[in-house]
Amino acid sequence: MTTVKELETYAQNTWCPGCGNFGILSSIKKVLADLKEEGLDLSKVVLASGIGCHAKIVDYVKVNSFYSIHGRVPPPITGIKLANPELVVIGHAGDGDAYGEGIEHLIFSAKRNINVTFIVHNNRVYGLTTGQFTPTSPSGFKGRSTPGGSPEDPLNPIELMLSAGAGFVARGFAGKPKHLQRLMKAGIKHQGFAFIDVLQPCFTFYNTYDFYNQRVYELTEGEYDSSDREAAFARAGEWAYGEGERIPIGIFYQVERPTYDEKLLKGRIPGKLKPGNIRSILEKHI
Amino acid sequence: MEELSILVGGKAGDGIRQAGQTLARLLNRIGYRIFFYDDYPSLIRGGHNFSIIRASKRKIQAHKEKVDLIVALNQDTVEKHKHRLNPGGVILYDSKKVEAQGVGVDFMGLVKELEGSSIMRNTTALGALAKMLNIEWEMLERVITDTMDKKVDLNLKIAQSAYHRVEKAWVSVPKLDQKMLPLVSGNEAIALGAVQGGLNMYIAYPMTPASAILHYLAEHEDDLGVVTIHPESEIGVVLMALGAAYAGVKTMVGTSGGGFALMTEALSLSGQGEIPIVFVVSQRPGPGTGVPTYTMQGDLSFVIHSGHGEFVKVVLAPGDAEEAFYLTGLAMNLAWKFQTPCFVLSDKHLSESIFSFDADPDKIKPEDPLLWDGQGEYKRYLDTQNGISPLAFPGNPAAMVKATSYEHDEYGITTEDSEQIVRMQQKRLRKKKTLEDELSRCEQVKVYGDPESKTVLLCWGSTKGACIEVAEELGLKVVQPLVLEPLPIEPLKKALSGADKIIDIEVNTTGQLAKHVSAYGICIDDMILRFDARPFTVDSLLEKVKEVLS
Repeated sequence: MTTVKELETYAQNTWCPGCGNFGILSSIKKVLADLKEEGLDLSKVVLASGIGCHAKIVDYVKVNSFYSIHGRVPPPITGIKLANPELVVIGHAGDGDAYGEGIEHLIFSAKRNINVTFIVHNNRVYGLTTGQFTPTSPSGFKGRSTPGGSPEDPLNPIELMLSAGAGFVARGFAGKPKHLQRLMKAGIKHQGFAFIDVLQPCFTFYNTYDFYNQRVYELTEGEYDSSDREAAFARAGEWAYGEGERIPIGIFYQVERPTYDEKLLKGRIPGKLKPGNIRSILEKHI
Repeated sequence: MEELSILVGGKAGDGIRQAGQTLARLLNRIGYRIFFYDDYPSLIRGGHNFSIIRASKRKIQAHKEKVDLIVALNQDTVEKHKHRLNPGGVILYDSKKVEAQGVGVDFMGLVKELEGSSIMRNTTALGALAKMLNIEWEMLERVITDTMDKKVDLNLKIAQSAYHRVEKAWVSVPKLDQKMLPLVSGNEAIALGAVQGGLNMYIAYPMTPASAILHYLAEHEDDLGVVTIHPESEIGVVLMALGAAYAGVKTMVGTSGGGFALMTEALSLSGQGEIPIVFVVSQRPGPGTGVPTYTMQGDLSFVIHSGHGEFVKVVLAPGDAEEAFYLTGLAMNLAWKFQTPCFVLSDKHLSESIFSFDADPDKIKPEDPLLWDGQGEYKRYLDTQNGISPLAFPGNPAAMVKATSYEHDEYGITTEDSEQIVRMQQKRLRKKKTLEDELSRCEQVKVYGDPESKTVLLCWGSTKGACIEVAEELGLKVVQPLVLEPLPIEPLKKALSGADKIIDIEVNTTGQLAKHVSAYGICIDDMILRFDARPFTVDSLLEKVKEVLS
């Protein structure tokens, strides 16, 4: 039996004590170990990350990985999946990556429905650059670049992803790892673009443990119909990443539709295509 | 007849390029060597477009300012170009729309008579022109049948009718006993060279003058065995390509200067992560949006120095369609052999001009990169003697493949340790020596004209065609480096040895090649620079060189 321990690398973990990233790391390792028990070949798994605290996760998990640059996780994972559709590709990104520097790639991933999983470590603060506001920080956030308070309202990524056409839109909380693991597993199994925004406290620069613990509640099957897009928008609007009383977590929306890789590749495997006969093509140029 | 130049002009939407290409095919099929130049502004309807078709008994790679025949679909063509006519030259014009001296045929009337659409005036012109050149009707009939995909019968009827409206031939273009060659644009040659070099996936965002590579590969995806993708931006393009290459698929991306500017951050990632990739940068005049549909060699310095940090890259600069074909194939192989970014540096003049193409496809074969032998534990960045680490790809049950933009150890795990950093910087840069050894076995510098001449025209890229003809006319030598980075210093110095006067010829404002070679102690005596966004023509360059030599 594969244990979480076996998925560890020798890399020294450099996150701050109490970091919300630990909850995400232990969850992804647990999910991969479980999926292996269910028959997944872990050599077919590729993790990717951007730049920031979250991104170190690829050093800490003993599977294939692509450590990209800031904001640029969706394009390489799209390329990896298109190059070899048999791979199980999971992208990790920070909120600065996903919703700031590289937001266009995120929107296009949802629009195209590329069959990958995308997990945002959303701590709503730039940690590694020592505390500036991000696209999901609340209005008035006092960071080192906005000592007088952020003049911007936060972006609501759940609404954004619903609008962009994502077929799997979920939100988790790093402080509820069991629930998060269910979301991750469902996202990985989902055929299409699976988006998971994970609320992740930054112990040093934006400690939101208490805030979330007091407010999160789970969307439960039976009581909530995740195939209803209108209902998803209504729940997404319940909390706008600012103040608020109740924060729903769980799968907001899930429907399957044909994936980008299926539609683009039409069964072709790019590395295994028969090279063309140039001579016969050149004849048409005479 | 040694050669013939024909200018076809009209407004955008008149089908000028298509008429020009059909004419080029016609002359090609009777055995002539072709150079086709296309000049068009950045708009969709209106404006002024023209093409120059130069046909010659011998191989040519440039056009001339002067022409023998002008085909005018509008008045603008006459006004803008009549000064180009050689003595004895003639204008064929649409007699009801254009006022000119020469041969007038009522193109529009004829099209209306046969119930064609106004764009078919270009077919009328072709019919009339074939007769003026005394080319038998059946030749044109075959070309039209082979090249047009719609309304072939109607076009044939119109062309034939126009053919017979012209009473007598203006000149007789004899059939030559030479094999017909394919007519291939620089962009098409780049696409085909890449395919021959093992291309699996081409990813690009449209940008003139590189877009036709995407169009050509997308149109022939199935025949060529290539997957083409058009993503959200150039940043998306290059990172998708790097992801695919990491997973083992040979990729190429193509753009112009502005698009490449967006790609440079990821270029640096490919240097650090040692991820193979080929960039096609087809230059157009900058800075900024510049002059989008015209030409310039203004990005040489930018490309050579692109990407933050220090890493090995290769910049190849083809000057004609055959070189575009071979060097793109070479770039595909080098990128994978050395796991480093390789560039094919083109420009509008090479990319969009059409050449008689005489390349041997068998001269390019995809070469296997260094693959992991499966022994022991896999280390993506194994420190080796020549700096090249064996490749494995995700999905290999025995290997964990970790690629990264961070400085890393041999496994690909992040490091900030000073010894490790030095070791990895040196490992990557060590590849340069290995690469130079490999390149020294390739043709890196070409010499044309009189090899004994003490006067050298130094050029790169698309400027070579005009330089060669000027050198032949004046008895000079031409030196053209094909590899611009790492600069092949030894072969270049050898080619330049004995020269009293080196004249650098470039289509840019500052002489970027001159500056580049001066860093290696090569001194330029004179520069001839053109930067009105137009390429050198044979006759315009001839005058400039004569001025410098007088």
